[in-house]
Amino acid sequence: MKLDIGSLYVFMLAAFLGFQLIRGVSPLLHTPLMSLTNAISAISVVGAILITGEQGATTLSKILGFIAVTAAMTNVVSGYLITDRMLKMFKKREPGKK
Amino acid sequence: MNEYVIHILYVVSSALFVLSLLWMKSPASARRGVFAGELGMLLAVVGTLLSHHVVTYDLIAIAFLIGAVAGVPLAYLMPMTAVPQRTAISHAFGALAAALIGTAEFYAKQPTGFVMVALVLEMLLGYLTFTGSLMAFGKLQEILPTRPILYKGQNFVNLSVFVLAVALGVAMIVDPTQQWLLPVFAGLSLLFGVMLIVPIGGADMPTVIALLNSYAGLSACAMGFAMDNKLLIIAGALDGSSGFILSIIMCRAMNRSFTNVLFGGFGQLRVKAGHAEQKPVRSATAEEAASILEAARLVLVVPGYGLAVAQAQHKLRELYDQLTKRGVDVQFAIHPVAGRMPGHMNVLLAEADIPYDKLHEMDDINGEFPQADVALVVGANDVTNPAARHDESSPIYGMPILDVDKARTVMVIKRSMNPGFAGIENELYYMDRTLMLFGDAKSFLGNIVKELSSNNNR
Repeated sequence: MKLDIGSLYVFMLAAFLGFQLIRGVSPLLHTPLMSLTNAISAISVVGAILITGEQGATTLSKILGFIAVTAAMTNVVSGYLITDRMLKMFKKREPGKK
Repeated sequence: MNEYVIHILYVVSSALFVLSLLWMKSPASARRGVFAGELGMLLAVVGTLLSHHVVTYDLIAIAFLIGAVAGVPLAYLMPMTAVPQRTAISHAFGALAAALIGTAEFYAKQPTGFVMVALVLEMLLGYLTFTGSLMAFGKLQEILPTRPILYKGQNFVNLSVFVLAVALGVAMIVDPTQQWLLPVFAGLSLLFGVMLIVPIGGADMPTVIALLNSYAGLSACAMGFAMDNKLLIIAGALDGSSGFILSIIMCRAMNRSFTNVLFGGFGQLRVKAGHAEQKPVRSATAEEAASILEAARLVLVVPGYGLAVAQAQHKLRELYDQLTKRGVDVQFAIHPVAGRMPGHMNVLLAEADIPYDKLHEMDDINGEFPQADVALVVGANDVTNPAARHDESSPIYGMPILDVDKARTVMVIKRSMNPGFAGIENELYYMDRTLMLFGDAKSFLGNIVKELSSNNNR
């Protein structure tokens, strides 16, 4: 495996884009933002799948990969669900009187 | 499956993640943002499963199932007051995944050169964030003592462990055949994660959680470099920059630097401020508080971590209802570091059905305090201490605060006169215009509400 130098450019652009995007997020939503980015960074599930399922994976790879897929998948599921659960609670006007 | 198709799926997925963050800018579009994120993740996972590199699916399917079964209750059963703990534990999961993948890669591929640099970074950040987040979880859940734990030479010991871990990492980069180095390297990284959080106190948790968020993202990003996967780089960089910005915002809100948060040992420095002279305070009963609140035109509520501890957000909502019914204007003033993570108070108040246009950031609301008839402080302390403005000897001097002391009447709900977490006296409590409402926030608010509703029926 060798370095694809293009990756560094991608990283630089993505980091700057990230700074700009996050600056635009209302402080009101910083907690849901954190659980959302946490779910997004569970994208490492992609790497975990590749390690676990590849041709000729060693036992060690399979064990470590299995734990990694489980941990990342837990974050994917709980991260998105709890973010949505929190956001549902943010209401602008008085909800109908009960 | 054609590799190009997978790349196209990855590109679309990256774009969806960007949109997801873009739509978080306001509560109106935020749920759309979550949906974009979910779709992005789905495309990424499907694309990966279709890749010809993946040949066995049984383990992956089982892991998916366990993850889903564990994730759903983690999302739905978690009380909103425990959101900081949940966030910490999910950082731990994310970091563990990255670290283990890095370890597996190292043994399976015997990489060299730049790939090895990326792997070392991935594992270093992954392992230290794993134990660091577990420690943060322990402190937030109060399994571990929440006070900062300090000892002599702490920074030196911490730094030595870190330098040693990095040195081993470099040795592995130079000679990747030395496979025995990895367990030692991993052990030191894990140890450093623990030691990094030991001196951190509760008041610093917002900064630290944001920082751990950033590390977890950067670890995924390093994985992207090691595996030559640009989707991982993009998603990891987005998460990394998000956590980084949040921790900067938190630091600024406390007028402290990064190094000060990580190495300063907030709290301990200020034990000196223990002049225990008994100054007189004025206290009031629920009945008195209720009649003052009732007569007010504008009431500004300042919530803090104590609100979460007492789980008093629903009682606060009842008070809000009673007062608005009487035509009192009730607004909420929220300090950036109120609570244990960024935005903690907003989520609690939203949970109690308080409309979010009543929640205001510090800079937007501070000008309103002189016009306020009552400032009601519920479970906040240091963020209201006027000493931050004028007392250069105070440890919180220079920290931006809510100008609670400028309100006509200040009411503070507090259990006792014990100084707050940081152990600093709050001169706000001794002002002539301040009324102390001694008691548990939940039951005291409940009593005020009771008074108000019985007045109503009369």
